Amino acid sequence: MMRPGTETELAELLQAARAPLAVRGGGTRGVALAGEGLETGGLSGVRLYEPGALTLVVGAGTPLAEVEALLAEKGQRLAFEPMDHRALLGTGGEPTIGGVVAANVSGPRRVQVGACRDHLLGVRFVSGAGEVVSNGGRVMKNVTGYDLVKLMAGSWGTLGVLTEVSLKVLARPQAEATLVRSGQGVAQAVTDMCRAMGTPYDVSGAGWAGGETRLRVEGLAGSVAYRAGALNAALGGGWDVVEGAESAALWQGLRDAAPFVGQPGAVWKLSVKPTEAPGLLGRLKAVGLDHEALLDWSGGLIWLRVPEEGDAGAAAIRAECATRGGHATLIRAGEALRARVPMFQPRPAPIARLEAGLRAKFDPRGLLNPGLMEGA
Amino acid sequence: MPAPDAAVLSKKPALVARLRKVLPAGAVIDDPAETRAYECDALTAYRCPPLCAVLPSSTEEVAAVLKICHEMGVPVVPRGAGTSLAGGALPTADSVILGVARMNAVLETDYANRFIRVQTGRTNLSVSGAVEADGFFYAPDPSSQLACAIAGNIAMNSGGAHCLKYGVTTNNLLGVTMVTMEGEVIELGGAHLDAAGLDLLGLVCGSEGQLGVVTEATLRIIAKPEGARPVLIGYDSLEVAGQCVSDIIEAGVLPVAIEFMDRPCIRATDAFSGAGYPDCEALLIVEVEGSEAEIAEQLEIITAIARRHDPVELRESGSAEESARIWLGRKSAFGAMGQINDYMCLDGTIPVTELPRVLARIEALSAEYGLDVANVFHAGDGNMHPLILFNANEEGQLELCEALGAEILKLCVEVGGCLTGEHGVGIEKRDLMGHQYRPADLEAQMRVKDVFDGQWLLNPAKVFPLEVSASRRAGGLAPRVA
Repeated sequence: MMRPGTETELAELLQAARAPLAVRGGGTRGVALAGEGLETGGLSGVRLYEPGALTLVVGAGTPLAEVEALLAEKGQRLAFEPMDHRALLGTGGEPTIGGVVAANVSGPRRVQVGACRDHLLGVRFVSGAGEVVSNGGRVMKNVTGYDLVKLMAGSWGTLGVLTEVSLKVLARPQAEATLVRSGQGVAQAVTDMCRAMGTPYDVSGAGWAGGETRLRVEGLAGSVAYRAGALNAALGGGWDVVEGAESAALWQGLRDAAPFVGQPGAVWKLSVKPTEAPGLLGRLKAVGLDHEALLDWSGGLIWLRVPEEGDAGAAAIRAECATRGGHATLIRAGEALRARVPMFQPRPAPIARLEAGLRAKFDPRGLLNPGLMEGA
Repeated sequence: MPAPDAAVLSKKPALVARLRKVLPAGAVIDDPAETRAYECDALTAYRCPPLCAVLPSSTEEVAAVLKICHEMGVPVVPRGAGTSLAGGALPTADSVILGVARMNAVLETDYANRFIRVQTGRTNLSVSGAVEADGFFYAPDPSSQLACAIAGNIAMNSGGAHCLKYGVTTNNLLGVTMVTMEGEVIELGGAHLDAAGLDLLGLVCGSEGQLGVVTEATLRIIAKPEGARPVLIGYDSLEVAGQCVSDIIEAGVLPVAIEFMDRPCIRATDAFSGAGYPDCEALLIVEVEGSEAEIAEQLEIITAIARRHDPVELRESGSAEESARIWLGRKSAFGAMGQINDYMCLDGTIPVTELPRVLARIEALSAEYGLDVANVFHAGDGNMHPLILFNANEEGQLELCEALGAEILKLCVEVGGCLTGEHGVGIEKRDLMGHQYRPADLEAQMRVKDVFDGQWLLNPAKVFPLEVSASRRAGGLAPRVA
């Protein structure tokens, strides 16, 4: 395992590399890769934190927990609510902020504030060719040149190894409340969630687990009380209200797909248009794919647990996603299944060609996590 | 701009004939009297009529045009509504202007999934207009929103006054239909979230029409807030006003907008609009949204912070008329400046915490160059808008103004900011890119263009310093297919 301590050291290491490397932050996201390990933990530390400008610049290898603790001291947080994969995947280690960015990990609040990539203001990385590249910066509005920041978010280390990330942070709200209604089927849940997202009450979470629909509002105490009431009324009334830590625990559970922890099977993450969720799940049942589902993002994110047999439903799931517009990522799988099924949804040929073209430019020798994101 | 390629110029008759075959009558404009309508965008100091202009009506027609231009090795400059302040749609004599103005239909509105799909020639404001009656709006609101097209918004990743809460174009763009320079139609993103693979959508947004021509867009729409109300705060010190902005942000309230004007701007706009602004060093307009009670709750926190800094004026709006009056001066700032003088509007961004230092330095530079500078900007996100006043009819003034502008933008970069926050690089800031990025950084960006447009035919002379992109453009401009 290689663990460079500086960006320069990393650049030299990549220039000299001759064989594939498995790039990892904390190694918590359960992707087993061929090649010698390349860990970013040595590239850590807070470079700049300006609460009054809502900006944080940190080394990519900085543990996420350290980042969150620092922000909490000033009453701030990463608004995109990154999930912790460890319990679901049974992995150890410490998630790093670079890992969060590389996988573009966003939680329930994505429907309100956007994804990790929407909060990423700047990056520094070393390309597969060993060149140090900087893009974006530390200001919220920046259209100077191409946005490689977005390209790097979610590129899973296949274009370059992140060394530094600059993020927009936001204030932690005074209060939160969740409207809860149990005994709801998936169709009713999606209808209610979509209606809630279309109200002016600034809903910051809309999910469904175990037949329970959950809608979250956050903000100043008076405002939260008002909006929870108004939302309840808009949905016809009769919803229970859960507040404070109890509300927070509900969302942390959904964020981390907690109901699937310790349960057997492969786990998929599907991204579709919210109103497609009930039809898609119904269709999978109809073709005989046994499953348990959780919904987040108003129904736009489907967590799916299926038996780990054959292709674990890959063909059926991916065909449904492709037809309806969307994609499916294989999040949890044993080694044998991983060998049979690619992690990412195959893309149409012209898109796959562009992606391959970019990889060839940034990592011409194919050193970084080779094969991980290929998909035509 | 680079000298036109004589070989391309000589192909005009053949090119026009081929374009006429794939486009309806009236969609190919090659008469020199008519092509002049496309000689510039809102950066009017630079003009050059194109070889010809085409106005396709569908994605298929765009694809047909690009295929022909690709085969013949002719550069293409995409154009939305032509409101770019950076010269993003400025043609060269050897290029085809591809305007999407005729493609302005709403293709789909979906309130349950909160999106609208439009053709990109549609104007920004009319996107909101299409969903307004049903209680929704499209958040990015550049000040040219009445005229500017979604195509240009995507090309420049446009912002607006309300970005602090709602983000810029890239944060509200879900998907696009794009035609590559080779004439291939591709779909990036859609009504679902996140990319299946690499985030090509994020890469295309803000690429200034250099990677493809975006013909359709899926945009996030949001439920309109119940209400909004501004408060006007005046200070006798720029520094104190800057500190007030930081304190508001740090306090955890997130206003939808924090606008900042300095004395020269306050005076000019007040005289022009009669908004009744106080005559002070710095004026803030802070707007919050929500129900009546929520607005009151937020304004209580904001005015308490403002009072701690001893304002010379603190005016809370008590009615829709008073709100309109508070916004009146700010909204007419550019018009007011245009009345007094010619002006050049910059849009560098700085870390909010650097405001006082940057404003003091701009004042010193203004004195040094002998040109007045008025500042009006989005303080919440650090996006400056220094307006340099000059007289275009006086010889040498434009050059002097550009030199001062360059100094100010370098200053923005020096304090940790950037050259442009929402207008784009275009030709205007092209040659300053070396101040923000090292050669390896620019090389990485140009490699992206190599992948999408190997011959460098799409809007080729923009964004990158000419000498830096020269070899690529030379390779690209030499037609591979005769």
